[in-house]
Amino acid sequence: MALADKYKALTDAATAAGIADLAVREQDGVLYIDGTAADGATKDHLWEVYNQIDPNFTSGDLVLNVNVAIDAAVTHAKVITQSSNLNIRKGPGTDQPIVGKAAHGEVITLVNRSNDLWWLVRTNDGEEGYCYAQYLEAQA
Amino acid sequence: MKTTKLLLSMVIATTLFFVGCKPKDADIQAAIQAKEAAGITVAVTKGDVTLTGEVDDEATKAKAEEIAKAEKGVKSVINNLTVKPADVPVVIAEDPALIKNVADATKDFPTVKAEVKDGVILLTGEIKKASLITLMQHLSALNPKKIDNKLTVK
Repeated sequence: MALADKYKALTDAATAAGIADLAVREQDGVLYIDGTAADGATKDHLWEVYNQIDPNFTSGDLVLNVNVAIDAAVTHAKVITQSSNLNIRKGPGTDQPIVGKAAHGEVITLVNRSNDLWWLVRTNDGEEGYCYAQYLEAQA
Repeated sequence: MKTTKLLLSMVIATTLFFVGCKPKDADIQAAIQAKEAAGITVAVTKGDVTLTGEVDDEATKAKAEEIAKAEKGVKSVINNLTVKPADVPVVIAEDPALIKNVADATKDFPTVKAEVKDGVILLTGEIKKASLITLMQHLSALNPKKIDNKLTVK
């Protein structure tokens, strides 16, 4: 079965959700879906659809790279770790020393988002450093 | 009387001549359609041609219009052809960057072992079901070629 057919429910959901810059291509037996979602809930919905088609993501035939759009004017982000504190590091990488921590649920200041994976942040205590962007949710 | 008849026959002959010379819409349509690429629909109304459909690029769109304009009897061409959006190439991260980013992404999943080779992330070990989506979301943002998930889901 062609991958485009297998994941049709997912691409249909992406189209229905108004994913910006949606690109769907198949290459070497893997389907690549890229785009930008308006919010985190839309992204999570697509992942639920993906999980329904390919339970536990074991097929290895899809790379779903849908990021959440962030308004350039956004200046704060909430720490969305599962429960633990979020490390703030000197540089962008887990090999970098920890210079501070942000609590789960804490809202901190965004300083720079030029690196997609690591955002430069400042806590309310004035600690500045890099946090893993996947654990931050931009605040509208 | 003779002159009148002659004149009348001349008028008829002239009319027939011009009518015969002017291609009909259906003929124009068939002639252009035969020359156009597949996927292009040609419609003709009183010599006005409308092109619709989807083509691969701007050059094909321009050429389709030229073909229609060159056809005898065509008064105007409305080019409503659309150009297919070009596919964004798939970006696959280089291994050194991917190895570092995968290490960062999996750091908080101590029961997960990740190996990177030629853009493919191989996941082994075990993971809680609730954490799996988070891990997959993190890894999918790193532009891997493929995620080979051999994790045992608890």
